[in-house]
Amino acid sequence: MQRIGVFVCHCGTNIAGTVDVKAVAEALKFEPGVVVSTDYQYMCSQAGQEMIKEAIIENKLTGIVVCSCSPRMHEATFRKTAAAAGLNPYMVEIANIREQCSWVHKDIPTGTEKAIILGKAAIAKVNLNAPLTPGESPVTKRALVIGGGIAGIQTALDIADAGFPVDIVETKPTIGGKMAQLDKTFPTLDCAACILTPKMVDVATNDKIRIFSYSEVSEVNGFVGNFDVTIKRRARYVKEDICTGCGLCTEKCPQKKVPNEFNLNMDNRRAIYIPFAQAVPKVATIDPESCTMLKTGKCGVCSKVCTVGAIDYNAKDEFITEKYGAIVVATGFNPISMDKFDEYAYSQSKDVITSLELERLMNAAGPTGGTLLRPSDGEHPHTIVFVQCVGSRCDSCAEKGKEYCSKICCMYTAKHAMLIRDKYPDTDVYVFYIDVRTPGKNFDEFYRRAVEEYGVHYIKGMVGKVSPEGGKLKVRASDLIDGKQLNIDADLVVLAAAIEPDKSARPLATMLTASMDTNDFFTEAHPKLRPVESPTAGVYLSGTCQGPKDIPETVSQAGAAASMVIALLCKDKLTGNPCVAHSDEMMCNGCSTCEKVCPYGAITYIDKEFRMPDRTTKVRRVAQVNEAVCQGCGACTVACMSGAMDLKGFTNKQIFAEVDAICK
Amino acid sequence: MQEITRDVLVNKASELMSAGTVDRVLGWMRGEFDYDITPAVFSTEEELKNNFVWNDFCGANFSKYLIRETQKSENKVLVFLKPCDTYSFNQLLTEHRFDREKVYAVGIPCNGMVDMTEIKKANEAIKAIEESGDSIVVKTLYDGDVTLDRADVLLERCKNCKSKKHVAYDELIGDDGEIIESARFDEVAKLEKMTADERYAFWQNELSRCIRCNACRDICPACTCEKCVFDNPNSGVENKAPADSFEEKMFHIIRAFHVAGRCTDCGECSRVCPQGIPLHLLNRKFISDINEFYGEYQAGSEVGNRAPIVNYTTEDLEPGEAVGRGGIDA
Repeated sequence: MQRIGVFVCHCGTNIAGTVDVKAVAEALKFEPGVVVSTDYQYMCSQAGQEMIKEAIIENKLTGIVVCSCSPRMHEATFRKTAAAAGLNPYMVEIANIREQCSWVHKDIPTGTEKAIILGKAAIAKVNLNAPLTPGESPVTKRALVIGGGIAGIQTALDIADAGFPVDIVETKPTIGGKMAQLDKTFPTLDCAACILTPKMVDVATNDKIRIFSYSEVSEVNGFVGNFDVTIKRRARYVKEDICTGCGLCTEKCPQKKVPNEFNLNMDNRRAIYIPFAQAVPKVATIDPESCTMLKTGKCGVCSKVCTVGAIDYNAKDEFITEKYGAIVVATGFNPISMDKFDEYAYSQSKDVITSLELERLMNAAGPTGGTLLRPSDGEHPHTIVFVQCVGSRCDSCAEKGKEYCSKICCMYTAKHAMLIRDKYPDTDVYVFYIDVRTPGKNFDEFYRRAVEEYGVHYIKGMVGKVSPEGGKLKVRASDLIDGKQLNIDADLVVLAAAIEPDKSARPLATMLTASMDTNDFFTEAHPKLRPVESPTAGVYLSGTCQGPKDIPETVSQAGAAASMVIALLCKDKLTGNPCVAHSDEMMCNGCSTCEKVCPYGAITYIDKEFRMPDRTTKVRRVAQVNEAVCQGCGACTVACMSGAMDLKGFTNKQIFAEVDAICK
Repeated sequence: MQEITRDVLVNKASELMSAGTVDRVLGWMRGEFDYDITPAVFSTEEELKNNFVWNDFCGANFSKYLIRETQKSENKVLVFLKPCDTYSFNQLLTEHRFDREKVYAVGIPCNGMVDMTEIKKANEAIKAIEESGDSIVVKTLYDGDVTLDRADVLLERCKNCKSKKHVAYDELIGDDGEIIESARFDEVAKLEKMTADERYAFWQNELSRCIRCNACRDICPACTCEKCVFDNPNSGVENKAPADSFEEKMFHIIRAFHVAGRCTDCGECSRVCPQGIPLHLLNRKFISDINEFYGEYQAGSEVGNRAPIVNYTTEDLEPGEAVGRGGIDA
């Protein structure tokens, strides 16, 4: 029989406000095995922990139940407390009477009743607990960063700086991401390329960093410290190690009419191309959809002009498998499609553009060489209307758009407006907004400069309709402050399209067993206290894959993710979780069901000889669990028909005991 | 009547036995009555000649018997398999439950098996039963000879036969048939149309007759555990007396979950139930859900195939998508 101590925490008024903690301690006194039951204001405080330690020693306790907050919060704390008093840490059970009780109930009688039931369940379980000892697993000292935008670049550089090898997997032919497409950056107005490209070069020249560009993650197995990742390297038909990036092929390629995605299809590139001058790796890529040679077998110009013989029309996709200790997700964002926002005439007029398209139109490396010209006729626009929140902050019931604020639009629109007024002072700039949101260091000053110094017309109100008429864009909008309708004849309309996570994020989340919110942003382990970790151990989050953010925030988060990875990779061994599966060979059928459901490949089979009651021997196929590989998910225990597979610390019997205690 | 006669099977078995291919034969023999057929192991040609039976009452699926039988000797055992039995045969091989090398499987065609419960319902004091073509002649003590249309008294699983095709054999007697588009899910659809309360009342009514004889479990070719949870005091569900009206359902619910994705729909559970509970409907609900959620899947159609519910793919539907489909209430 166990000797159990019960410790009921008030958590100030967090629990005590809705639960009669004294009544709970009193009621649990009479449960089987309980020898002491008491309450205290803050069980997690130094004094509270001392109280537990003393009670363990004084009453020779063999198990304890702490009725407090979620085990995610303080299970580790109380396990340490128990260990300090000489008790096996796995003899500690937490009854969550805060998140699952006081916080969700309003009146004391209901809260108290439920707290007592939860306490009884925990006592029923601890009665069946057995001391457990964790094993250890090694750590592969290499990190994988998925996504090569500014978030991925910064994370990789920081990890490499600590001396650990890092691989970056990027789907595009070059790293750089969205930041490489930007013109200037707020609030300092320095050129994006000037601050990004040195970092890209740092990545390229760092001998700890490998770049797998034009590649994607196709399979992830394993667990924290020991991930096995398969990376698909798409055929780029150019030998990466031989190509010098001279660009001769991209000038001679006869296929000139391929929309240039780097300039958001506002001009054309060749079938063999280098996305932009500072691309890393600076290697040409053949787009198989457009290449005449690959489609028809007739052409071969690039191969003829290439002086180093880097072209390989027979290249195939390659799969490589590599081991990693940690994985950082940095898959970034995209502006949403404007298909559902036809009131702004995006599909009807070339002069209605998104903000990212404007970035390219203003960029010296863009389709217009940095001169702001209308896409339709190449004329200078004299009246420009910016529309804010296109698809951001939409009603949850609306079929289009996102509920969240995209966070970066207010600032980049202020930047655009300011740059245009600075370069082309004869241009009238209107900004229609719902709210202007500019929290951040030097952000509000920046916005006020646009209004006060640069004379940008900020109008609170939304644009109702844009209609192309006679070479102009008729903008009908409301001015909510003056309470009147406005009609503006604009030359250019710029839509601040909401941003959304990259489409590759969801399948990746599935592979990583990392969770996502309803908008497909990755979820953090804790929204405030563990913002760069995913709930899956060994998977970290960097940049906009976790939520909308600007460059300064992305870079700081990237550094934070890197520091978490470094902290993990510094360890030689990870203490495992002793709550692993084990198989009762006498009951095992050898049916392979558990092996099929095991996501970690922890189960193997052997033919084992058994002595039968009649002194004969019988050879049976039975399952064996590799405890170092098992992560204790419990999938095998529910799949096993005979109940031969069981999970230490969460045995079927323990779970049933808990359920019985609750239903009693 | 079956198209292959008893003598063909006896000759085949004797031939294989005298050739030394096998030293035992899993077959059928007469029980207490002509219609009460029981599985048997024959080890001499003499026994075969005298006792081997093949008629409309040979419903028993021998696949499960192979687990024990193959462990008894290093020699091969001959087993006769009807088309539906071959699915169970494959499923057991998938689960590594017996050594294929120790079995010689002979596939035999099947015209459907007769349901004695149906015949007994309409006739009292049965002396004997004779088969003649598409009719069944029931000889009774008081009412003389009663002729029944064979099609009317087939087992439910045979009325809704899913396959006349053998999916496993070493040798085939007669011609192989085809997989049949049967109406076996019609009853499931009816249950799905019920409200939750109606459905509960339906199962309450059916399962309240259960006497926990374990016949369904013992006959089930998917129930082959070394130690069944219902026989294991540590499982917490061991042979409990039904302490309340829900307890009796637990046995069948647990069993249905344990065979989900592995049940080949052979129908043995309903055939042997002495209380006439339509147990196959529980299993068929699982099968129709699996078909709907993950695409058509037939357990045992080949050796080594992976049931969708133990085979995670990224294309699997999300739990939320199941709500409101396949009769699952939101």
